[in-house]
Amino acid sequence: MRTDRGSWGKVISGGLIFGGAAAFVSLAGMVEALGVREIVIGVIDLGRLLLLLIGLGAGYQAARRGIGGALTALARGLLAGAAAGVGLSALLVLASVVNLRGMFINASPTLLEIISFGRGTAGVPLVIAAGAVAGALGAVATLLPGAVRGPLGAGVTVTIVVGLFQELLQIILQEGGIRSAIRQFIFVPEGLPPRGALGVFLVVLVVSAVWRSRQPVVRGWILKRPPPQQRLVRLLGLLLAVAVALLLPLAGGLFISQVLVLVGLYTLMGLGLNLEVGFAGLLDLGFVAFFAIGAYTVGLLTSTGQYGIAHWSFWAAMPVALVVSLIAGFLFGLPILRIRGDYLAIATLGFGEIIRLLALSEALRPWFGGSQGVLFVPKPIIGGFEFSGPAQIYYITLASSVLIAFVAARLRDSRLGRAWMAMREDEDVAEAMGINLVNVKLLAYGIGGAFAGMGGAIFAVLLGSIFPHSFSLLISINVLALIIVGGMGSLPGVVVGSLFLVGLPELLREFSDFRFLVYGAALIIMMQVKPEGLWPAAMVRRELHKEEPVGVVAEEPAAVERVEA
Amino acid sequence: MGILTSHQLTKRFGGLIALSQLDLDVAERSIHSIIGPNGAGKTTYFNCVTGFYRAEEGRTFFNGQAIDTLTPDRITHLGTARTYQNIRLFANMTCLENILVGMHPHLKSSWVGAILGTPRTRQDEEQAHTEALRLLQFVGLRGKGDFLARNLPYGEQRRLEIARALASRPKLLLLDEPTAGMNPRESLDTMAFIRRLRDELGITILLIEHNMRVVMGISEIVTVLDFGEKIAEGPPEQIRSDPRVIEAYLGTRRVAGVGA
Amino acid sequence: MQRSFWQRLSIINTYLWAFRLSVLLVVVWGSLGTFQAGCRSALTICDFKSKYAPNVWLDLLVFGLSQGSVYALIALGYTMVYGILRMINFAHGDVFMAGAYTAFYLAAAFGRSGFLNRSPLISLAAVLALAMITATAIALILERVAYRPLRRAPRLVPLISAIGASFFLEYAFRGFFGSGFQAYPEWQIFTGEWVIAGIGILRTQAVVIVASVLLMAALYTFVMRTKTGTAMRAVSEDLEVASLMGIDVDRVIVITFGIGGAAAGAAGVLYALVFKQVHFFMGFFPGIKAFTAAVLGGIGNIPGAMIGGLFLGIFESVGPILFLEGLRVPGIYPTGIPAPYQLKDVIAFTMLVMVLIFRPSGILGERLATKKA
Repeated sequence: MRTDRGSWGKVISGGLIFGGAAAFVSLAGMVEALGVREIVIGVIDLGRLLLLLIGLGAGYQAARRGIGGALTALARGLLAGAAAGVGLSALLVLASVVNLRGMFINASPTLLEIISFGRGTAGVPLVIAAGAVAGALGAVATLLPGAVRGPLGAGVTVTIVVGLFQELLQIILQEGGIRSAIRQFIFVPEGLPPRGALGVFLVVLVVSAVWRSRQPVVRGWILKRPPPQQRLVRLLGLLLAVAVALLLPLAGGLFISQVLVLVGLYTLMGLGLNLEVGFAGLLDLGFVAFFAIGAYTVGLLTSTGQYGIAHWSFWAAMPVALVVSLIAGFLFGLPILRIRGDYLAIATLGFGEIIRLLALSEALRPWFGGSQGVLFVPKPIIGGFEFSGPAQIYYITLASSVLIAFVAARLRDSRLGRAWMAMREDEDVAEAMGINLVNVKLLAYGIGGAFAGMGGAIFAVLLGSIFPHSFSLLISINVLALIIVGGMGSLPGVVVGSLFLVGLPELLREFSDFRFLVYGAALIIMMQVKPEGLWPAAMVRRELHKEEPVGVVAEEPAAVERVEA
Repeated sequence: MGILTSHQLTKRFGGLIALSQLDLDVAERSIHSIIGPNGAGKTTYFNCVTGFYRAEEGRTFFNGQAIDTLTPDRITHLGTARTYQNIRLFANMTCLENILVGMHPHLKSSWVGAILGTPRTRQDEEQAHTEALRLLQFVGLRGKGDFLARNLPYGEQRRLEIARALASRPKLLLLDEPTAGMNPRESLDTMAFIRRLRDELGITILLIEHNMRVVMGISEIVTVLDFGEKIAEGPPEQIRSDPRVIEAYLGTRRVAGVGA
Repeated sequence: MQRSFWQRLSIINTYLWAFRLSVLLVVVWGSLGTFQAGCRSALTICDFKSKYAPNVWLDLLVFGLSQGSVYALIALGYTMVYGILRMINFAHGDVFMAGAYTAFYLAAAFGRSGFLNRSPLISLAAVLALAMITATAIALILERVAYRPLRRAPRLVPLISAIGASFFLEYAFRGFFGSGFQAYPEWQIFTGEWVIAGIGILRTQAVVIVASVLLMAALYTFVMRTKTGTAMRAVSEDLEVASLMGIDVDRVIVITFGIGGAAAGAAGVLYALVFKQVHFFMGFFPGIKAFTAAVLGGIGNIPGAMIGGLFLGIFESVGPILFLEGLRVPGIYPTGIPAPYQLKDVIAFTMLVMVLIFRPSGILGERLATKKA
């Protein structure tokens, strides 16, 4: 077995980086805070799982990079994992020497106990050994054939998800014969016991293995059907999704409705920003302004409080909010038509902040309520039915999201959509193709703004009051992050993005403190690993995984060469 | 007066005079070439005609209408189209989409119509698709409509760019070095193709070209620029032997390939 | 829609002119109103303690200068990085925060041991040094992890990575050190005023101005006089050509990030001297404003960033009182805009937007923003 020093050195330094990451998440407080959530009772909690995953990752990447046989890979994984353990142990040792807590608020005794398996500095060998084992496991994962790794991975993932969301699942499975039978089989009231975890794991393993072998057959069968039938299959899938979306709040209760409404609102905003950034290539960091404009329009038109001007119903005010934010989009777009690229991002950021600061200011308080906001926004009512809470407003959100997604899809495939994309690709050539950049840009800002305005309108009745603090820059960043994670220019990507970036952190409340930390890391990593997003637009996917290398610009032979024969 | 006429066109970049009081007249249904050494102002002239640059002095008329104050998109609407020296396709859009973008000027559907899915919009789109497929076939890219433009080989990218230009149904087509980077065989094909455009579609062609074989082979009129000034104009045979042209190109040496 | 170039242009231009004129109107009308109020009180009461007395303006001016010199120091990092990579280092404000925050622990330790006031200059130097070292280190890690792998990517990609890095840094510090404000210890000799030629100037502000002027002078000399500085300027002129000339572009980029980080770290401590507290989010708005300053002075241009910073600082501190306090609108604001100081960020952002719209080249810069592809 040939080994070269550089390569083994790299394994160790790579492992140490992972160890550093483990120490980082520990000191940032994630391990302890997430430790509250047990995945499998008495076996592992989310905090420890995080550390374990880091160890696995260390082994995985070390084994994957190396050349050589299975044994070498295993050795590399072992070594990298041990190195990661050493990295984390350094934190333990350091904590025993100096009082880290004076500086790092999270370097608590509880944390050290979690890391050291309750043994303090005596736990160091144990930590290193655990790291090595995790690393070796990670290495094993690289060695397994796909047919084994796939189902195994699916089993583990689903088990973790079930453990993570046990509370929610238990609520959903609360009543009904079969449902409560499943619940009693898997769960105990406190969570997921080892027995249930094993059950879930095995079931998923088998299902996944079977699906893996049958999937090509099923897909082939579907593809062989004539197009109308294929469309039917797709329609059925869509209907299923809609049915799930309709029933979820009924099964999940108030909390899940709240989360879903938020996801829906972010989807609305995401669809709007996606139109600006994903389709037209206009980076907008002040997007929340449109959301605010929609909210304030509805608030002022419907409020029964002191700032209300019309006492309209929500249904009358919402179209007005749409139109107002559409016009706001035009007005917002007009001055910045000639700004390009990242300057545009900063200019829009400036605009967004100006709107928020003005809404907040004492100077405009007589109209917008200043920092106290607009109160007493009545709930929408249809023929005696009041959309009184999140569970009811969810349906307004869902309906608007479906409508808006439909509109966005239509626009994408239209003449205007093509013009947007052409402009995104090359502004000058687009103009030379006869595209009126002014109109097209303004429409992007206007329509995108109107989508967000619609979200804002719903937001106003959801809260029943509007505060300028709700419209901070973080919202714009959130929306941008979700369309990037979902896949720029992709409509399903927006939904996936908001489920992941809005729904998930809301469901894992312990997690919400670390939301932006994870966003930040996710954006950096996404840009390098998967810039096309989780559910990329078909086009972008093809673009970013180019099959054939192509030289777009040909080398220009010198003129003289051609003149002289 | 021809389809495209420029009077005393002058374009400066700071102190540099890129075009100097240029007079140019392109006859309808002609194939007209502009040649000249690198930096002679050929592409600058294209940029002025298409509205990408604004000339400081002089006027340009297309079909008798002044176009020197119009924006590029308006000029395209009047019936011009161009290609670029270094191909500028919408690289991340499919071939079909590239052509559909080219059709933008004469498609009617509005965005409201698109959202509502009005019958008129649908009809418009269907016709556009049919025409786009026909154009693809015309330039020999049949069956490649769903390929990303960036994934085409070089020669096909050139042809796609021409197809995109044709999609706007131009009366005047400005081609910036259409045979750059091609081998002699491909150049000959392109020549024949350009001639077909004129003969079959009746499009006036204004051409920038370095390849003398192409220029002399298909042009009816050749204009020679040097340092932004027109130094000669006439049919190829006349240009071939014009001493000023030979001097501009090679000092005092003879233009090889021209005489061949 | 069949409109000609001039007609269409005029719609946009009318809008832009209306925008310009309304801002101008606010400035002129507001300033006149303020001066009028000032004169009246000066004439009738002749009391220099009035709201608009000269020494009030002077205080505001000095405060603006100290604020502005902090902006200028941060802006240097933006402008140098933009000059070389044509990229907005969105996380630069957080590098500033990281420097200030880390050095806070040293300052606090000095404060507890009494060293802070025993040898104030040495302790200040040590705190500054630590801030600069930390900030430099973080800037370098940032470059290595978040930007270098993306150097050939489309322009949007590094910007998004930078936004991610910004949030990562902020919330990492929040995780480490908590979400509260931490009170920066005070150096006793920097409290109170120095009276120079009969004018009292707050000592902290004087220290901030002097320290940043020294740092900027050092940096300017470095860029203009040393070989590395020349290489930096060459790379910012033309990266390709510079690399053909044998300049190690990677090294130059690393040095640029390092110097920018060091300046930001020092700025962090100076900022904390004035505002006497640190917070994980403290870098965000100064960062945006420093970017404004860099754009104002002409991005890519080092003296421009300094001038832009000072200009913005003064504008922001004098502006609310000068333009808004006296802005009387009959029927709505009979006595001027209430709580004008709330709107100082509006003034800064309006300036940013106006510069980007009307003069993207800035006061001293070249036209980079509208450079055609």
